[in-house]
Amino acid sequence: MKPAARKKIIQVIGFLALRAAMFLVLAILLLFLYDIGKKGGGVISWEFLSQAPRRGMTEGGIFPAIFGTFLVTVITAVLSVPLGMCAAIYLNEYAKQTGLTRLIRLSIRNLSGVPSIVYGLFGVILFVNVLRFGTSVLSAGLTLGLMTLPWTITASEEALKTIPNAYREGALALGATKWQMIRTNVLPYAVPGMLTGTVLGLARAAGETAPILFTGAAFYLPFLPKSLGDQFMALPYHLYIMATQHHAILQVRPLAYGTALVLIVLVLGMNMTAVVVRYRLRRKQR
Amino acid sequence: MRKKKWKNLKEAAIKAFFFTCGILAILVLIGIFLTLLLTAIPAFREIKISEFLTSTHWDPTSPEKAEYGLLSMIVSTLMVTVGAMLLAVPIGIGVAAYLSDVAHWRVREILKPVIEILAGIPSVVVGFLGLVLFGPAIAKIFHTGNGLNAVNGSVLLAIMSLPTIISISEDSLNAVPRAYSEASLALGASPWQTLFRVKLPAALSGIIAACMLGMGRAIGETMTVLMVTGNARAFPHGFLNSVRTMTANIAIELGEVPYFTTHYYALFAIGLVLFIMTFAVNLAADVVLRKYQEREQ
Repeated sequence: MKPAARKKIIQVIGFLALRAAMFLVLAILLLFLYDIGKKGGGVISWEFLSQAPRRGMTEGGIFPAIFGTFLVTVITAVLSVPLGMCAAIYLNEYAKQTGLTRLIRLSIRNLSGVPSIVYGLFGVILFVNVLRFGTSVLSAGLTLGLMTLPWTITASEEALKTIPNAYREGALALGATKWQMIRTNVLPYAVPGMLTGTVLGLARAAGETAPILFTGAAFYLPFLPKSLGDQFMALPYHLYIMATQHHAILQVRPLAYGTALVLIVLVLGMNMTAVVVRYRLRRKQR
Repeated sequence: MRKKKWKNLKEAAIKAFFFTCGILAILVLIGIFLTLLLTAIPAFREIKISEFLTSTHWDPTSPEKAEYGLLSMIVSTLMVTVGAMLLAVPIGIGVAAYLSDVAHWRVREILKPVIEILAGIPSVVVGFLGLVLFGPAIAKIFHTGNGLNAVNGSVLLAIMSLPTIISISEDSLNAVPRAYSEASLALGASPWQTLFRVKLPAALSGIIAACMLGMGRAIGETMTVLMVTGNARAFPHGFLNSVRTMTANIAIELGEVPYFTTHYYALFAIGLVLFIMTFAVNLAADVVLRKYQEREQ
């Protein structure tokens, strides 16, 4: 075979392999979404969404789990969003390129690689035992809050970076102090972007199971949590139980599919809202 | 004059407040490490460290003699991780190369958010799908009982680490200066040769970092492996064996164990091993990535 022809054939096969890789990933994603949509869709009804599980969780709905996931995500946000924003303001507006700043950034990158179950262990010691919050929705929310912190910091800093330096210089030139400048000329433009970025982190937290396993999530509760000291049911943990721990796994498989669909719609819904809002914001800024 | 002093004081206080928030990241990281270390140490009053790291028998609730050997779980974790990387690295690099070199920019604008969707699927959902979709399929293909084994775990971990590998590899492929590929094409190389022999080597350190970050995620992933690997405690002899990873073992046993017993402390010791392993992998990835970015600038 002529070298030129060989070169051509290798090229065709090579690019075909790249397309195949892309196609494979898309196929897996579509298979996932299709399977859950098809088998979970039939289970979804107003009753499923609004009622508690009945008869040893073989019937009824998942309302306590939806409520619990909502509640724990709110606690996560209350801890993680303000702290993450303030840390990002420090890094982007105040910090100089010192060794300490580099160490902070290194810590943030490493924190986002700490396994979620290790955050769970940390939460058991710090929140459940040392601070005596017990296994509760508060402990679980704070554990998830720490886990999302590196993501909220990074997302908030990204938003701050999009503010042109001219805004800052304008304020400083008029005699504003640093904080006055941040308050009047940086934050008003950056906060919407910071909030949408943090929603992406919160969506991931809402779908996490390992950190809440031992800090507050309950197998089954006949009532909704009345205070922050109560245990709670959560969608991801409920799915785990329905899929692997229930005494009649095959019988409750449709309910597990329904739970998976609700969880995925919730998480991807939060994700997509944030992505669309971010896209609009960026276009407006241009 | 006094007013100015007051203003300066206020500014300093505000700066100190933000500084405190900034430094929190370091404190949390050190806090996690110290918490794991201090809670793990009491375990070694009863367990020999050498036994903990080299014995393959883990049986803390045995009525005769409680055994705390971690080796089977370390091997299991490494097995599913290596299996996942064998699948995810070629596919991930292939997709990254497709996105950076083959796809039309409009297609790319659509596909990138689609891959973000894959990253957004909660791990417990991926585990559930592994259980109901891949389990029966693997059982059929390999003629094993239920398909809950290291192969299934590897496949799911590959899927979970793909988004990380793809997005960072693609960034580093895009960061290769255009002059490189233009020079290569001008010398008569085909587009494929340009991609394979010029762009991929130029982006290699970024791609290596991407794979290591993906590996870090795979090592630390809990729910997917917990749900699909079968969780047998025996030493694994092949990919069709049921395996129990370190993460899965913590998840299974921490719920049942009484607080402040040797068993409880031993689970934190596993957490410490896990933390050190992922920390080392992530730090190495970080060093590779920073070096690469410094060279680019």
